[in-house]
Amino acid sequence: MRSTSFCSHRVSIITGHYGTGKTEFAVNLALAMAAEGQRVMVADLDIVNPYFRSRERRDTLAQAGVQLISSSQACADADVPSLPAELLTIFENRDLRGILDIGGDPVGARVLARFRPKILAEDYQLIYVLNAHRPEVREAENAIAYLRGIEAATGLPCTGIVNNTHLCGETTAADIRKGAVLAAEVSRQTGIPVLCHVAVERLANQLSDLPETVFPITIQMKKPWE
Amino acid sequence: MEKELWKGNEAIAEAAIRAGCDCYFGYPITPQSEVPEYMSVHMPKHGRVFVQAESELAAINMVYGAGGSGMRAMTTSSSPGISLMQEGISYLIGSEIPAVIVNCMRGGPGLGTIQPGQSDYFQATRGGGNGDYRTVVLSPSNIQEAVDFIQEAFDIADQYRNPCMVVFDGLIGQMMEPIEWHDIPKRNLPSKDTWATTGRKGRAVHNTLNSLYMDPETCDKHNEHLAEKFAEMEKNEVRWEEVQCEDADLVIAAYGTPARIALTALDTLRAEGIKAGLFRPITVWPFPEKALRDLISQDHVKAVLDVEMSSTGQMIDDVRLAVEDRKPISYMGRAGGVIPTVEEIVEAAKKALKEVQ
Repeated sequence: MRSTSFCSHRVSIITGHYGTGKTEFAVNLALAMAAEGQRVMVADLDIVNPYFRSRERRDTLAQAGVQLISSSQACADADVPSLPAELLTIFENRDLRGILDIGGDPVGARVLARFRPKILAEDYQLIYVLNAHRPEVREAENAIAYLRGIEAATGLPCTGIVNNTHLCGETTAADIRKGAVLAAEVSRQTGIPVLCHVAVERLANQLSDLPETVFPITIQMKKPWE
Repeated sequence: MEKELWKGNEAIAEAAIRAGCDCYFGYPITPQSEVPEYMSVHMPKHGRVFVQAESELAAINMVYGAGGSGMRAMTTSSSPGISLMQEGISYLIGSEIPAVIVNCMRGGPGLGTIQPGQSDYFQATRGGGNGDYRTVVLSPSNIQEAVDFIQEAFDIADQYRNPCMVVFDGLIGQMMEPIEWHDIPKRNLPSKDTWATTGRKGRAVHNTLNSLYMDPETCDKHNEHLAEKFAEMEKNEVRWEEVQCEDADLVIAAYGTPARIALTALDTLRAEGIKAGLFRPITVWPFPEKALRDLISQDHVKAVLDVEMSSTGQMIDDVRLAVEDRKPISYMGRAGGVIPTVEEIVEAAKKALKEVQ
């Protein structure tokens, strides 16, 4: 079984509250799909964050055979919410697996609204990334409010939840279990399934009892001293 | 208390709210726009005031008005926006109005870049406004320090009736880190009743705040009084950290993000048998001049390496004043939003030591 089989749809759209780890998940998902021999294209559509975007991992992705599209290189740091024309490739070339890395919150997700008709025509999933250590989404009620806000901004229904609970380098298995409880509660209240729990490789084997897939990652979005 | 994951800019906004910030005035600018964004959502929930000013100039003058009436007032911006506020900062100091001013620094000069920088050191420590003035300038190098220092900054401002600045490069504003909320040490703060412009309230005369003095002798006396306050700040507020300096041949002087990169560089250097240590100013004004002089005066220190996110180096002037000609000083800097790498610092450290052998 493929390690990415929890992401069975052709196009994966990664959304969530600021700082939940969407980009880390998106980059790792792309690398895992590429390692399985799939053709993958990642679109960095983060128009709200000036730092820590998937375009910073362009070289790592390229080495793995993953093509990254983002605002043109000239505009990469220009603080301009421009969108790359090549983005349409993801919708038009059905031989590709597409991953759309979206900026945080409903405001970041708004970028998707103009592509809604295109997205609806494709086999897609809208993933909501959760981190139970982010104060604004640690209660199910608030987490669902953000989820509904993203759905309203995009005009697309959310189809899966990813538990990416972490505390950067201080994450323990207990933290991920705490996130699993939150994800289960959000899932219970919304009917949206939990797709996977994200864990750095050293923690992944401690979580095999969780009912859903544990997706092992290696940290790609490092700080300059890491 | 359980740790939480916060983005730097959101965390300092929340820290200000917890410190009792009554009024926030600001204008969006990358890389600090999450501060006004967070404040716009959360200040009204606490019954406090959020105003998106029409410019940074307006924001600092709103701070003057609110701070002058005894409110805890704050503004935040990034480098070009802080440049626009320099006149207001000078007036705040002249009128002795407490305020908290945060600079989430980006690369300059001019509009520069939205990526991180440290080239506003002179502006923060020497002042870009007119007149003889100083502000305590706290410089966190992680988000935990940022939230602690923001809360303390309100107390420092009130204690001395003087604005207090917190400066950090954009990376600290933009990155995510786990933090814990805890109480900061309590200070014995003076009452604001003797000066705050809150109406007459039974007083014989109105309190008046002003930085204009028509009589030179009176203005001289006023300056003397301010200078005494600056001397008190120098005596009481200086802070720094030393890491692995006890036996260091090479002392790396760095603050903010470069200090954290230097810590990783220390591990690499020590693993290769090179004795390097880190001297990290936590207040960049007052600069820990005596502490650095005492450290580098020890026989084991052979050289000093200053690392900044600045092309020419700015803090290096304070390092030179502290070191005088006792030991050789070299410099490693990147500017324009480029962050120095661990490898670059390791290489510069080896070169600095080689030059004294």
